Amino acid sequence: MIRVVLPSHLRTLAGVRGEIKLEVKDKPPTQRAILDALETDYPMLLGTIRDHVTQQRRPFIRFFACEQDLSHESPDAPVPEAVASGSEPFCIVGAIAGG
Amino acid sequence: MSKIRVLVGTRKGAFILTSDAARKQWNVDGPHFAGWELYHLKGSPVEPDRLYASQCSGWFGQMIQRSNDGGKTWEPVGNKFAYEGVPGTHQWYDGTSRPWEFKRVWHLEPSLNDPDTIFAGVEDAALFRSSDGGQSWHELAGLRGHGSGPNWQPGAGGMCLHTIILDAAHPGRIVIAISAAGAFRSDDSGETWRPINRGLRSNYIPDPTAEVGHCVHHIAMHRSRPDVLFMQKHWDVMRSNDAGESWQEVSGNLPTDFGFAIDVHAHEPDTLYVVPIKSDSEHFPLEGKLRVYRSRSGGNEWEALTKGLPQRDCYVNVLRDAMSVDTLDPCGVYFGTTGGQVYASADSGDNWAPIVRDLPAVLSVEVQTLP
Repeated sequence: MIRVVLPSHLRTLAGVRGEIKLEVKDKPPTQRAILDALETDYPMLLGTIRDHVTQQRRPFIRFFACEQDLSHESPDAPVPEAVASGSEPFCIVGAIAGG
Repeated sequence: MSKIRVLVGTRKGAFILTSDAARKQWNVDGPHFAGWELYHLKGSPVEPDRLYASQCSGWFGQMIQRSNDGGKTWEPVGNKFAYEGVPGTHQWYDGTSRPWEFKRVWHLEPSLNDPDTIFAGVEDAALFRSSDGGQSWHELAGLRGHGSGPNWQPGAGGMCLHTIILDAAHPGRIVIAISAAGAFRSDDSGETWRPINRGLRSNYIPDPTAEVGHCVHHIAMHRSRPDVLFMQKHWDVMRSNDAGESWQEVSGNLPTDFGFAIDVHAHEPDTLYVVPIKSDSEHFPLEGKLRVYRSRSGGNEWEALTKGLPQRDCYVNVLRDAMSVDTLDPCGVYFGTTGGQVYASADSGDNWAPIVRDLPAVLSVEVQTLP
């Protein structure tokens, strides 16, 4: 299972508390596969993390894991093994841009 | 006994204010969607507990929320606003071309006869319609595609379609307004459109009387007299007696004719309200005095309404969708400010009192008169 941490507003929108656990079939899992699985399980999140049409990450969204910024990695690149194994979460973060 | 429900959109959530017909004691419910920008909320005129809300965020984009119980509970519905075909370009502030890009929904206008049909005015300017309660949205692309789109440009707040007026007397008629393109009208349910800006004069564009390019801030109509439209433009308050075919200035004795909000009394179609704002570079009332101006003659002759409103040190703004009226007798008038106050008058504007004083900046105010 892959662990995903959502920012507060998206947890409220999705009606979840704490981390989300996702079954991602693609091996090795990629950002795209994780987001596909997330949007399948929580369709209210469609359009909030990546654009509906272009599938590009929204400008003020960042992806962190294993103390690395993965925001600019290819969506089709494998995520770190620690994320794939579930030992580290894949963090979806709202950029620090004022409040 | 009738009840009043005021739907307030703010920079940080939505609030629902309710009262009985006396309009003296108010219950404040909220924030709903705390932390999100609520550009607009509006109820269906045929099913008043069906509410729609435009919820957005610079981080997470656009959401549309729907309630079937008057705002007690909400559910997210469709938020995919995709322009039809290749979107093309419009003008940017510096006159260069820029591709159309969806940013947010400014205004939601439920159908007059079907609770599942709703129109959305969006930035970058376009009109969308949903006929399934907001689950899916389809652009009425004839507006953006009618020919002048490449010449449209954003106003200071963005290139937004902010006004949608449906006309019960002419079921196919829709009037919309865009900052800064102007007003447009369709007579065939949104299939085809044409600009209706003859008579507008805007000295901030190269040709002050151009067919498009005017920064229309808001338009209001009384449902009993749909051919008469009142407009608050960037500068100038305007009136049309022929559904927008031509416009005449009715600013008259207003101390400044810049402003955003405009609305019409529920029972007197020649009584209208504006909130004059000092200028386009100083978005606050003249002399620090918050004054609503009322005309009982359809424009030109205006009186200041001040009782209960701050008359010193007041430097708030009243945005274009932040004024509304109820349908009780006497008519109630309501407006919200960027300082977070929502003011109400239960006597057509003679006397005012704040319902709440310390909300986040108010973006929109809509009023429902419930049985």
